[in-house]
Amino acid sequence: MHGARKGGAAEGRATGLKMNFLAAIGRAILTLLAEIGRLSTFTARAIASCASPPIYGRLILGQVVRIGYFSLPVVGLTAFFTGGALALQIYLGGNRYGAESIVPQIVVLGITRELGPVIAGLMVAGRVAAAIAAEIGTMRVTEQIDALTTLATNPVKYLVVPRLVAAILSMPVLVAIADAVGVFGGYVVSTESLGFTGSIYLKNTVDFATRQDVSSGLIKAAVFGFIIALLGCYHGFNSKGGAQGVGNATTNAVVSASILILAANYLLTSILFATT
Amino acid sequence: MTAKIELIGVKKRFGTKVVLDGVDLTIEKQSSTVIIGGSGTGKSVTIKCILGILTPDEGTILIDGEDVTRLKGSARDPLMKKFGMLFQAGALFDSLPVWENVAFGLIQGHGMARAKAKDVAIEKLAKVGLGSDVAYLSPSELSGGMQKRVGLARAIAANPEIIFFDEPTTGLDPIMADVINNLVISTVKNVGATALSITHDMVSARKISDRIAMLYKGKIIWQGSTGEIDKSGNPYVEQFIHGRAEGPIKMAVKA
Repeated sequence: MHGARKGGAAEGRATGLKMNFLAAIGRAILTLLAEIGRLSTFTARAIASCASPPIYGRLILGQVVRIGYFSLPVVGLTAFFTGGALALQIYLGGNRYGAESIVPQIVVLGITRELGPVIAGLMVAGRVAAAIAAEIGTMRVTEQIDALTTLATNPVKYLVVPRLVAAILSMPVLVAIADAVGVFGGYVVSTESLGFTGSIYLKNTVDFATRQDVSSGLIKAAVFGFIIALLGCYHGFNSKGGAQGVGNATTNAVVSASILILAANYLLTSILFATT
Repeated sequence: MTAKIELIGVKKRFGTKVVLDGVDLTIEKQSSTVIIGGSGTGKSVTIKCILGILTPDEGTILIDGEDVTRLKGSARDPLMKKFGMLFQAGALFDSLPVWENVAFGLIQGHGMARAKAKDVAIEKLAKVGLGSDVAYLSPSELSGGMQKRVGLARAIAANPEIIFFDEPTTGLDPIMADVINNLVISTVKNVGATALSITHDMVSARKISDRIAMLYKGKIIWQGSTGEIDKSGNPYVEQFIHGRAEGPIKMAVKA
């Protein structure tokens, strides 16, 4: 009798443990689904707001300066060094097969198709998604977003739309510049330390690169711009609880934008360069 | 005469926490009503429900006799133009200079030209006792009392029909608090607006109101004209207006 009761208790504990484990998984999945639902609703609202007046031209212009123009140094420098490192690696790798001369072709291919948009995307995500989330998050916790509503102004139209439009317009320009600077980085390393002749390097680059190499990178750039501004705004809008909440929003904006950029990059590569 | 604002059985929950549990409140045109109550009793949530920043779970909100409870998006725009609000911490836009804060509703909401809106803003700033030199400062350069005044100027800039005051005197010294009280009274009278304030400052409540309503545990437990509050006979009201720790209201303090 005594033993049976003890066995029953142990069994009860085991079931309880199992239930707790399942409940934890369930909670995590529910949280994830709720987050996806909220983000989808927010995205739909943002896109719908882009299509209806009023459109704040002055604010869009201001954001183009902040998102695009002020990102130029960061994007330019990273693109330059990436192009340089790429040239070195391709030279060393190609050396194993006696194919060192392929450097200009692979550099331009790698930069325009992948590294230009991805590196610019990640750098801008770090700079801009963080700034947007911190700014809008602070506005949220200090009731400035509620104040917009009471002043007959739609906060999504006033805050989100200009940032979205500016990021979608700025990113392709930034990436075009990153492409040029990246190729230039490869050119400098190749001509200065790998013994390439400048004119031949440039001719090989221009002859090899196709319009699709460049345009696919620019399409990616526009998508990345959308992701960066959207997640910055989304996390800012949903931040709560003072300084710490704004800090969390900023971190989440950068991390989620970076992950989504890399995931979207794979998806876009597989669509744009479908092998069928 | 239809009431300016009418709340009927308004309920609002956050998760499992019931904040408003059936609020009934009628606010007559051009009157000044103050809702008193302790922190966390749902005063701010009541105002946010009327403003449409929050949507009630149940109940009805009428403005000028029109049901606005579930009015959304652009259908709400004409309604929002009737409102002005002074936020507790000012909620001034720190990216804009003072005059643009005051003119914001005129430029964005009402589509007024910037130059004209600026003149109106400077005129409204004068009404709250601020000179035109303040107009070009950034809100972060102002003291708390000045920020409240700018917030007040912004709230009345578009001549709203209904003005909400969220703790207008909180965080100010007693003299500045009285200055703000006077400004609240004079601005409401000048604009001919209906005022709804929330506060736990009894001095301010007595001074700026015609009527007082007390919110406790998500319900209006007492309301009457300001003169009647001292003979309410309601132990909750008695405890609150005299600020006693002992009484029927138990604070959630862990001893």
